[in-house]
Amino acid sequence: MRLLRIVPDDTKFDFMRFRRISFPVSAIMSILAITLYFYHGLNFGIDFKGGLLIEVKTISGAPADLASMRSTLGGLGLGEVQLQQFGAPDDVLIRIGEQPGGDAAQQAAVTKVRGSLGKNLNYQRVEVVGPRVSGELLSYGVIGLMLAIFCILIYLWFRFEWQFALGAMIANVHDIVLTIGFMSITGIDFDLTSIAALLTILGYSLNDTVVIYDRIREMLRRYKKLPMPDLLNASVNQTLSRSVITHLTVRWRCFRCCCSEARRSTPSPLP
Amino acid sequence: MLYFTRWKAAAIILTALVVCLCAVPNFLPTATVDAWPKWAQRHVVLGLDLQGGSHLLLEVDTKAVRKEMLEALRDDVRRVLRDARIGYTGLVVRGNSVEARIREGGNSGQAREKLATLSQPLGGILSAAGQRNVDITNDGNLYRLTLSEPAIVERVRQSVDQSIQIIERRVNELGTVEPLIQREGNDRIVVQVPGLQDPTRLKQLLGKTAKLDFRMVDSNVSPEQAQQGSLPPEDELLHGTGKESSQQYVIEKRVLVSGGDLTDAQPGFDPRTSEPIVSFRFNTSGARKFAEATQQNVGKPFAIVLDNEVISAPVIREPILGGSGQISGNFTVQSANDLAILLRAGALPAPLTIIEERTVGPGLGADSIARGKLSSYVGAAMVVFFMMVTYGLFGLFANIAVAINVAMIFGVLSLLNATLTLPGIAGIVLTVGIAVDSNVLIYERIREEVRGGRSAINAIDAGFKRALATILDSNITTFIAAAVLFYIGTGPVRGFAVTLGVGIITSLFTAFTLTRLIVAYWVRWQRPQRVPI
Repeated sequence: MRLLRIVPDDTKFDFMRFRRISFPVSAIMSILAITLYFYHGLNFGIDFKGGLLIEVKTISGAPADLASMRSTLGGLGLGEVQLQQFGAPDDVLIRIGEQPGGDAAQQAAVTKVRGSLGKNLNYQRVEVVGPRVSGELLSYGVIGLMLAIFCILIYLWFRFEWQFALGAMIANVHDIVLTIGFMSITGIDFDLTSIAALLTILGYSLNDTVVIYDRIREMLRRYKKLPMPDLLNASVNQTLSRSVITHLTVRWRCFRCCCSEARRSTPSPLP
Repeated sequence: MLYFTRWKAAAIILTALVVCLCAVPNFLPTATVDAWPKWAQRHVVLGLDLQGGSHLLLEVDTKAVRKEMLEALRDDVRRVLRDARIGYTGLVVRGNSVEARIREGGNSGQAREKLATLSQPLGGILSAAGQRNVDITNDGNLYRLTLSEPAIVERVRQSVDQSIQIIERRVNELGTVEPLIQREGNDRIVVQVPGLQDPTRLKQLLGKTAKLDFRMVDSNVSPEQAQQGSLPPEDELLHGTGKESSQQYVIEKRVLVSGGDLTDAQPGFDPRTSEPIVSFRFNTSGARKFAEATQQNVGKPFAIVLDNEVISAPVIREPILGGSGQISGNFTVQSANDLAILLRAGALPAPLTIIEERTVGPGLGADSIARGKLSSYVGAAMVVFFMMVTYGLFGLFANIAVAINVAMIFGVLSLLNATLTLPGIAGIVLTVGIAVDSNVLIYERIREEVRGGRSAINAIDAGFKRALATILDSNITTFIAAAVLFYIGTGPVRGFAVTLGVGIITSLFTAFTLTRLIVAYWVRWQRPQRVPI
């Protein structure tokens, strides 16, 4: 039985030749992403910004009347109110910004909203995050990300040389930076699930890097005289089939998750 | 690498089997499982986003606790100085301390000594040795007593413990299924009520401190006089509740009987007016105090004060010796019922604020479970298909190992009584990807060894040996990310970190043992000349 070979056995693709192009391109993209973050900003969800998130569904199944809901809620004096259809036409997502006046004010706002929207709505989901909790989640999120990067750096230092560790970190932080840039352009909600996704990307990214490093280390031991670019080329080529296969399987599963989770507006881990 | 002693093989198979069996309680109907002994009943708990329910995070109002402690300290200072007949002026709470200026003469030399009795060493795990709850300094004859931070922190912790008990009683009145009420950190409480659709009533019950006092109305001063500034120090100005909130009353601060002496409170109807009322009963000491107070004050109005608002202020027509009575005043059936619940459960030691709320309706929960299942099945099917097509027979081995891996994940989660959330399901799906990666690493290595010219068995052996170090490295890095996520995450995200972490551990186990075991047995059985990869 002929088995599937996605990547031919003896690839000799010269990856290193492109380094004069790919290094600057990567650097530019990273800088672009960082600039986007500072100028365009991220669309922080209520986890980090505070506020209310309410998902309602009409009991009758008829399409929701967004216009009348918008005017009713607008008249409550709760500041900026965002409504959008969420998946099906009878499903509405309401976003209200953080109310001044601390935690009690958030609760008062929820009561007002529930009172004003009437009885023929099913409340699928209500999330209220006060200023204290949102501040904490944001700082924990950022600290967590840095802590993870730091811990992994230390671990890699133990297993490989410090140059490798630094290289790995630069590559993987580059992945995260690009993802943040992507989220900035597309305006995807950035909340606690996104931080989870970023950490997962970090883990997976490192997975790849470690596999290649392992191979490099083995080749260094075996072929002490081989010039570095050739050695690196060989390592990447040899691990290529494994990398491609793993990425494909993971990507399929992520795509599956994406399709089913798209309704929930939580970004699933991007490969 | 391919050699397994009989004992080792048996141990591996047994471990895998036992852990997989732990997952069984999840898939059988609850009735069947409940009949088993307690230790066999451990199962995965569905998170609120899959079950539907309410999650509330409450915080103790530390400022209110601090204020109450300072006022109690001020009253203590007054009592101590009066008992020792030491003159003083300007007894006041300023910032975080109580200040008093001691007058010269008489016993003023003893002031320091007497006040020192108010400062006690702090016990408990939080305080360092030698820490006291009140620090006393004096600047000439101006004495300042400051509450120490550890004392306040300790009191807040105690408030949280007491509050948890009271919240439990209040929540139980709602008749809900197994609520989860836990301390979080130093001053917060998590309340999770599965199946609760509309937490409005729950929030109302938790939002009220429910401190009930019975005090006398001061008939000598009218509310208008008090508003203009001639409010005596032993009185305070309070307003009514609800419809009568514009009505003011001048109430004595001295408490005659407090709600702590109530043994029972029930909602009912006034026999004469058919209005909803709350009838109550005191314990012996409360009944005695109530009898004394009513005997001494026949014909005068007394106030029933709830959380610094006057519910009603009836006139005492006759002494009440039986220790029971009723509260009437603008109740609806619901609010009378709620007040009775609050009085029975007891007053919260400090006000609680809701700082986070997440409620999921059951419709959405069931929806999420269905979608989670679908995406898992489809994803699994694609991976199984792909592995078979790429690696043939060995793909089959990998698929078996991954299937057992997933069963083991459920087994471990069940043993831990862990919570499964929607991101948790995503975590399981992702773990399958990682598990597949381990197998792919091994197989690609084997392919390479074969290309390099090794014999079949040697190639397989070398493949496993070389790949395992890499598998370990890459899994550990992902595990670090999962550990950090567990630490910083809350709720659903934490569920993701848990399944990811558990999944990595089980996939390490299956990669190191199960896949090898299956391949080893196949090799021993077939003695192949070629590796069918």
